[in-house]
Amino acid sequence: MAITQLSAFLENTPGTLCETISAITAAGINIRALSVADTKDFGILRIIVSDIEKTKAAVSNDTVVKETPVIAVRMNDKAGALNSVLSVLRQAQINVEYVYAFTGAVAGNAYVVMRVDDIEHAEQTLAQNGIKTLSDSDIEDYLN
Amino acid sequence: MKNYYQPEIETASYEEIRRIQNEKIVKQVKHVYDNVPYYRNLMQQKGLTPDDIKSVDDIKKLPFLSKDDLREAYPFGLLGTDLKNIVRIQSTSGTTGKRVVAFYTQHDVDLWEECCARAIVAAGGTNEDVCQVAYGYGLFTGGAGLNGGSHKVGCMTLPMSSGNTDRQIQFMMDLGATILCCTPSYAAYIGESLAEQGYKPEDNKLKAGIFGAEPWTEEMRQGIEKSLGIKAYDIYGLTETSGPGVAFECEEQKGMHINEDHFYAEIIDPETGEVLPEGSKGELVFTSLDKEGFPLLRYRTKDICILSREKCSCGRTHVRMTKPLGRSDDMMIIRGVNVFPSQIETVLLKEGYPPNYQIVVDRVNNSDTFDIYVECPAELFSDKVSEMQTLEKNLNTAMRSMLGIGPKIHLVAPKTIERSEGKAVRVIDKRKLH
Repeated sequence: MAITQLSAFLENTPGTLCETISAITAAGINIRALSVADTKDFGILRIIVSDIEKTKAAVSNDTVVKETPVIAVRMNDKAGALNSVLSVLRQAQINVEYVYAFTGAVAGNAYVVMRVDDIEHAEQTLAQNGIKTLSDSDIEDYLN
Repeated sequence: MKNYYQPEIETASYEEIRRIQNEKIVKQVKHVYDNVPYYRNLMQQKGLTPDDIKSVDDIKKLPFLSKDDLREAYPFGLLGTDLKNIVRIQSTSGTTGKRVVAFYTQHDVDLWEECCARAIVAAGGTNEDVCQVAYGYGLFTGGAGLNGGSHKVGCMTLPMSSGNTDRQIQFMMDLGATILCCTPSYAAYIGESLAEQGYKPEDNKLKAGIFGAEPWTEEMRQGIEKSLGIKAYDIYGLTETSGPGVAFECEEQKGMHINEDHFYAEIIDPETGEVLPEGSKGELVFTSLDKEGFPLLRYRTKDICILSREKCSCGRTHVRMTKPLGRSDDMMIIRGVNVFPSQIETVLLKEGYPPNYQIVVDRVNNSDTFDIYVECPAELFSDKVSEMQTLEKNLNTAMRSMLGIGPKIHLVAPKTIERSEGKAVRVIDKRKLH
């Protein structure tokens, strides 16, 4: 099952990221995972949060925010774990558009978030290979 | 013998020029009235018939033409003769609405090329010269005008067109070009490229350059003259009047002599339309005295300048105009191309963007930079960098096809474009051209 990622358009200027994060923090929202992609002019903030609706309400009206389904997988925090996930997707010819990883609150666990070109296919393939993808509620449980 | 191509007309007395103009305007107004219903209608609205125009002093009674008229009459509404007599068109870049298509009979082409020939000869050109024309060829008037003028003078003409600087330099050095014709920014760029390739200014055979189609400053002139080891001459014109050569500089480099036997110039108050006395700063208006294909009467150029009849030591008697000192509309000239903010707005709306944008124009290393900052709408925003870059690329392509030149597109967050007094500042021109 896919999880929901929020992405936001940020200008590549000092303080913009801080401003957005402050607004989210002030609303008491926990950011589970985060990555920023940057170009010369702008950045794209991608976050997995504990409360999507509250987050959207917390950021300024002028911030462009978008919800995107992404795949999250829990792995053992050891060498080769990510490779085995990616190998499965590669064999199924699924393109990974971007990826970010983080370690969890429970020692020994790591998580990877992936944006793929075909979510359904990716989930099926991972499931067939015994790799479970997380849901929004899993994220809460695992990371609290 | 001084440097005149047509000495008898270029040095004619004021009275003689007036006599020629008076004779031509009477015929021209009748020609236009009989052949251009669009203008006849404008004259009728003012209760005018050709009989009301007996000399150039009566020109002030005639209605103005503006770019709006050209748009309304596009494409054939201001055509002055049967299409079978037309041998050529030239055009400005831009949208259909803003694009100017000018028609030329063979007589018009000859007249135009003679004007350019006068400019080349004034810059010291003779049939012994090698004239490198590095203006764009094609619809743009720059290449065609100077190419024709160079032929008339009898120069060996190098029809280089613009761009491919390495090839420009190779031909310049191998064939010994003595006169360079291009935009001033391209001349500056060629100068820099020569230096980069290890050439000193005295290594080339150039003696003169004829530069126009975009605004340039006195400092830029000095820089070009130094880097190329030449004397740099300004040339003025617009597609509506025929192209470059409407006015040109002599060796005095103090304003451009307007070819008054073909083009009658007035300076008006851009607000009231009232004709201003000599020496006043105002909008330049041209009346074509003898063009057949596209005979515009009282065309408002929107260029702000000053006319002077002060005696010129070169011996030419034709009135001189200053470089344009500004515009009475919002048109910008970027890399020699006319750009209106409204064109940019049109593209944005068509491509699904809000009309919140800012244009930043600057001149870096003598070349214009052209950046457009656009607010990214929520509907187009993507979490993928590649898609965002595709948006910028597509917008660049759409702008290029509309304007003829491609700006650098920068997507910015909504409501971040600076506004002053609630109104967005659309254009920031840092070039300090005037």
